[in-house]
Amino acid sequence: MLLPLAYLVIRASEAGSDAIAILTSYRTLEVFVNTVLLTFAVTALSAIVAVISALLTVKTDLPGRRLWSVFLAMPLAIPSFVGSFAIIATFAPRGSLLQNLLAPLGIESLPSIYGWPGAVLALTLFTYPYVYLTTRTALQGIDPAIEEVSRSLGHNIRSTLRRVTLPHLSPSIAAGSLLVAFYTLSDFGTPALMQFDSFTRIIFVEYELAFDRHSAAILSLLLISLVFVILYLEHRARSKAYYYSTGLGTKRQPSIMNLGRWKWPSLAFCSAVVSLAIFMPVGTMLYWFFQGVLAGTSFPDLGMITLNTVYVAAIATLLIVSLALPVALLTVRFPSRASNVIEKLSYVGFAMPGIAVALALVSFGANHLPLFYQSIAMLVFAYIVLFIPLSIGIIRSSLLQLNPRIEEVARSLGLGPGKTMLTVTIPMIKTGLFAGAALVVITIMKELPATLLLSPIEFRTLATQIWVGTETASFSHSAASSLILVAVSVISITIILSQEKINREERTYA
Amino acid sequence: MGNSTKFAIIGGAVAAAIIAGVVGFVATSGTDPAEEPVTTSTEPEMLTIYSGRSESLIGPIIEQFEQDTGIETEVRYGKTAGLALAILEEGQNSPADIYFAQDAGALGALSKEGRLLTIPAPILQEVDDAFKSSDGEWVGITGRARVVDYNTDLVDKSELPSSIWGFVEPEWKGKIGWAPPNGSFQSFVTALRVMEGDDRAREWLLGIMANEPIAYSGNTPTVEGIARGEVHVGFVNNYYLQRFLAEDPEFPVAHHYTNGDAGSMINIAGVGIVDTTQDQDLAERFIEYMLSDKAQNFFATTTYEYPLAGNAEVVGPQSPLENINVPDIDLSDLDDLEGTLDLLRDINAI
Repeated sequence: MLLPLAYLVIRASEAGSDAIAILTSYRTLEVFVNTVLLTFAVTALSAIVAVISALLTVKTDLPGRRLWSVFLAMPLAIPSFVGSFAIIATFAPRGSLLQNLLAPLGIESLPSIYGWPGAVLALTLFTYPYVYLTTRTALQGIDPAIEEVSRSLGHNIRSTLRRVTLPHLSPSIAAGSLLVAFYTLSDFGTPALMQFDSFTRIIFVEYELAFDRHSAAILSLLLISLVFVILYLEHRARSKAYYYSTGLGTKRQPSIMNLGRWKWPSLAFCSAVVSLAIFMPVGTMLYWFFQGVLAGTSFPDLGMITLNTVYVAAIATLLIVSLALPVALLTVRFPSRASNVIEKLSYVGFAMPGIAVALALVSFGANHLPLFYQSIAMLVFAYIVLFIPLSIGIIRSSLLQLNPRIEEVARSLGLGPGKTMLTVTIPMIKTGLFAGAALVVITIMKELPATLLLSPIEFRTLATQIWVGTETASFSHSAASSLILVAVSVISITIILSQEKINREERTYA
Repeated sequence: MGNSTKFAIIGGAVAAAIIAGVVGFVATSGTDPAEEPVTTSTEPEMLTIYSGRSESLIGPIIEQFEQDTGIETEVRYGKTAGLALAILEEGQNSPADIYFAQDAGALGALSKEGRLLTIPAPILQEVDDAFKSSDGEWVGITGRARVVDYNTDLVDKSELPSSIWGFVEPEWKGKIGWAPPNGSFQSFVTALRVMEGDDRAREWLLGIMANEPIAYSGNTPTVEGIARGEVHVGFVNNYYLQRFLAEDPEFPVAHHYTNGDAGSMINIAGVGIVDTTQDQDLAERFIEYMLSDKAQNFFATTTYEYPLAGNAEVVGPQSPLENINVPDIDLSDLDDLEGTLDLLRDINAI
């Protein structure tokens, strides 16, 4: 985890005086503030969308709940370039789908989607699933007795929601929101396409136009300092509250709320989100794909590329989850300075611009580990550095809901610490483990900058193919790879979420 | 839970990490296409190429090179800038023999750090001075022309000015698209500064900005925006249009060339030999091949770029090379590029 940070510091120290000039220029400051505001907006909006979705799919009698569950988690699978392009193709001021539809009504051009509206929309739509998955996990782990007690004390549903359920969910909402915030900070593709002046654009100029790794490193460090500020704020906000129930209650299914007349608005909400975040991009992809097919384009090697992608993602995910578990366990059961620091540091890889992490590993790999350089092992290591916080966050929030007494009971009955872990703790947080795995798998399959530089030569993934398609204005190729990516992601999510059902049925004991 | 559990967790974690690492390494090392470590001087003729040009564009000609010469190649396709930076980070442990860049700036960056070897004079002679580095460390393989693309439904050819200065006129307000964060645009502005001076360049840029252009993130979105009618004209590179037309023959966009100013300058895609190469001889043969008639013809007819050597003719709706005024600049002069960046930053274009 420390590797990328060390790399940045070393490179930054080699920077020249013009780097300082950039750092302190008015424009940099202006853009930095813009980015911070964008991050706030996207994080808030994502949290709202995600929490409502999670509540609807876990705790209500929404028709078609299981289907909505899968769909609402899907937008993560949409590569941000494709998603943004789809939004532009649909909502752009002129010549877009919407404008063409409205043209007969005399509407010549729509209000511009570029800038703030487009950036916020695109980022929210494709990152809210981070919060959705973490919140959903926590919702399923709440002991219904807590809410029943609240109801018995006279609170109605809304009040219970506000005063009991939501506070209970705050660690998971926070965990997911951290991911959204850091993703927004470090993403370049979406703000670029949406013509939003983000901080990453300044970093990009240094890397790709000035070829100046040193100035870029200084700017990246500025970004990281913001990351640390956010991490610190989150740390302070973490209450010492207990999130598990103190009695030895039974773990039951969450109590289902009856929607009544809220059914149609809820369905409308879910449909709106899913249409914008999935159907529209997928529809655009299908359109491009068929356009290409009709023009006779061929799509060689996609089978092998898909296998490559899935294979490396699967290995990395397994490793990530097994490494994330101990970290989560330590920070929850044995909170200490050290464990907290490790957990916080894990976010650094995720919040850094991808190219910076990639170059850090290139520098380290080529010069210190030549045997591993440009091998799959190195690539997997890169994925671990980049994405381990995704898993840690979810597992942590799952663990927080587990009453440590249960583990103590197991110990008092004679099970050793290892056995306790295996037979008691881990099965009880299975939901968190699986949700974390789903999150990681999809994110890995989409990753680009590290894959381009660190993978074995001639090793191609779906993500690299999508990028090639966009570079050469060959939308049909991008579309073909994107469609497969989405399909594979759907399959992964479905498999993983179906484990929850089996899990739930097993989980009743005195 | 006490200390014993804590140790159990930590111990378990370390054990798991070690086991995972070993298993991971064993499981994955068997599938590496390139199993041998980086430096293998006993390998038979194998050339490692880092290419910022995409596989779909140059894959076929590289295969042809393998067939015609018997030299094996291993190509890492990626972003031009990313690969250049990677070569810099890799330092003397870089596996790259050849660096094939999409523009000259990247080649200049490597050259400035002393990472490129001099190319033999006989090879350099094939190409005009304007398209190779002044110290012989890189050479252009193909030319990529700047062009003004326009929407054929919204703009009549006769309305288009013959000079880039025409576009600062008020009638073009709200109709222009450009992509300031793009490397080719940067080269274009550099050429403008060289040809007409810094003050005129600034004047032009400010003039366009007064016309409220839409700033796209790259050439592809710009051309796509032109097609949708979001803008009427855009400053881009020539070959994107061909790619769009290949998938949609009805695409309502066409090229327009300005007459002899920076607006229709030629950028290059070129190669350099990386100093860590173990096969300088093979690398030189690769460059020779890319400048041969066969390869140049391929580029002209398949990627719609300008051949820079040999007798190949340009095809498609493009102005022949002689008709285009080529500015007298070293395309890779990075100090100049930095100056351009400063200018663009200064007027908030970037």
